[in-house]
Amino acid sequence: MDNESTYSGYSYKSSHSRSSRKHRERRDRHRSKSRDITLRGDKSVSIQAPGEPLMDAESTRGDDRDDNWGETTTVVTGTSVDSISNDDLTRISKDLEDSSPLECRRYLSPALGAVLGLFALVTPLAFLALPQLLWRDTLEPCGTPCEGLYISLAFKLLILLISTWALFLRPPRATLPRFFIFRCLLLALVFLFVASYWLFYGVRVLDSRETDYRGIVGYAASLVDALLFIQYLALVLLEVRHLRPAFCLKVVRTTDGASHFYNVGYLSIQRAAVWVLDQYYSDFPVYNPALLNLPKSILSKKMSAFKIYNLGEENSTNNSTGQSRSMVAAAARRRDNSHNEYYYEEAEVERRVRKRKARLVVAVEEAFTHIKRHQDEDATVSSPKHPREVMDPREAAQAIFAPMARAMQKYLRATRQQSYHSMESIINHLQFCISHNMTPKAFLERYLSPGPTLQYLDTSRGRQWTLVSEEPVTASLRQGQVFSLRRLDFSLVVTVTTLPFLHLGEEFIDPKSHKFVMKLQSETSV
Amino acid sequence: MSFVPGMPVSVVVERIEIKKLCQGDNLILGFSIGGGIDQDPGQNPFSEDKSDKGIYVTRITPGGPAQDAGLRMGDKIMQVNGWDMTVVTHDQARKRLTKKNECVVRLLVTRKSLEQAVKHSMGSCQRP
Repeated sequence: MDNESTYSGYSYKSSHSRSSRKHRERRDRHRSKSRDITLRGDKSVSIQAPGEPLMDAESTRGDDRDDNWGETTTVVTGTSVDSISNDDLTRISKDLEDSSPLECRRYLSPALGAVLGLFALVTPLAFLALPQLLWRDTLEPCGTPCEGLYISLAFKLLILLISTWALFLRPPRATLPRFFIFRCLLLALVFLFVASYWLFYGVRVLDSRETDYRGIVGYAASLVDALLFIQYLALVLLEVRHLRPAFCLKVVRTTDGASHFYNVGYLSIQRAAVWVLDQYYSDFPVYNPALLNLPKSILSKKMSAFKIYNLGEENSTNNSTGQSRSMVAAAARRRDNSHNEYYYEEAEVERRVRKRKARLVVAVEEAFTHIKRHQDEDATVSSPKHPREVMDPREAAQAIFAPMARAMQKYLRATRQQSYHSMESIINHLQFCISHNMTPKAFLERYLSPGPTLQYLDTSRGRQWTLVSEEPVTASLRQGQVFSLRRLDFSLVVTVTTLPFLHLGEEFIDPKSHKFVMKLQSETSV
Repeated sequence: MSFVPGMPVSVVVERIEIKKLCQGDNLILGFSIGGGIDQDPGQNPFSEDKSDKGIYVTRITPGGPAQDAGLRMGDKIMQVNGWDMTVVTHDQARKRLTKKNECVVRLLVTRKSLEQAVKHSMGSCQRP
């Protein structure tokens, strides 16, 4: 298999419920809940349709309001929101190509698991039923002990079904680039188990027409026991083993340096990558490419002061290196004032943002004073001459949006967030806040600080990430490993370090031993 | 006056005998002491060696029996009535000086000027 990672849905953690996810995958290893599960369809999620807004939450392009772009660039790439630039086109076509082969591969593993599970479920019942069907007359009657075994078999099967539903029938949230080793191991184990039981059954019972029915029932019961133990093994390998923290992962985003540290347990690289991405969507502030660059006016002045003349040299092989080296040396010797400009520019930008924020806050506070929640007992109080018109939240939001719209627009422009918040979304959020009795400050928290990426995400589509690693991705985490998760225009670099071994010592302090003396020179007169 | 722990101390001492004054119920000597092994030696203004935890005279009541006997401020008390005062707690020192059944305390005190005086006298001809 190649190393391309396609991430569209995967779940292995038992602590979250995934039933709210739109795409449900079947991942039962041993059991399927009932026959009709396989009839429910899966919704495919990872195709990126061309009608999607070009500025999706994670990769915005080409809209930085850099005033100098006309002077310093010769090719104009993206100039307005409505036009498609060349790179956007290639990106869309690439995404379209990438998403179609997903469909078959994604369902292969859960289908295999489902088939095996069904097979394993049916086996004990088949073991019980076949002798009854084929040679019923010659079977020894078996009374109470068999009934006891029937009851225990029934309950164990029920427990197996319930725990399979609880643990394994959750929609997966990712597809991994390589086989998930533990899962394959468990599937192979189940297959081997059930096959060997069938083999034994076929030779010893079916061929020789065994008449001891109690023995057969006991045999079926032992198969169910063994399946319960395999499920215990699956629980430990897939759910429990990685819970105890053993490594510390440092995740750094390459474009703006946002970083976080996470503690994880024993995982393979691909599983750790999925875990890191889960945390990325809720911890990292959204990537805003417009905030990144130093204004070109500051950087471009560095190298432009010197011109290099070549005096009488015949061979020009080392011309370029000599030229650049001398330019660099000259620039280093020259007194460099660009940090000054950067400092003042930063201060100016910050002042502007603060002023606009103040205007915005005042405008919003004022706007919120215009409306009030309508209490039913007020109906009789309001005078008949000025009847107050009763509005629903949407109308109320539209009514008070007008006075604050301009201040909001200017603030978003100053902080370069205007691509994330359309007018429609602001009105929706306003409506939401009004109906939940939020204060203006609560309404504004969404705009005053860049939230986590998840807030801006359209969750109906899958996300494409590429896992770049020097070691095979099914290898376990080790001290000093580095791998990165790449997306179109930024990537996350993950460094692994082991958590230190802790030598915990003990010191007993007698509660009566807390005594104090004054640290003064006391003077006593005698 | 510096000492090395564990080694015997040799200083030049002066013998001072103070008669306790009866003031009502109390017998007073007329001076104040500071120091002791349970005190902070760094705050002692009179000691040369700031790790010296001995008992020092911090104040003398003018006109009291101690001043008449020749005790000076800053003296380090080495012995009281034969009891050692170099390694005692502050409270033990106080007790040794204020025993009710003794009317007289005989102190061995040392001060820097004593050393210098001995050196002078040994270096030059005998003082009259």
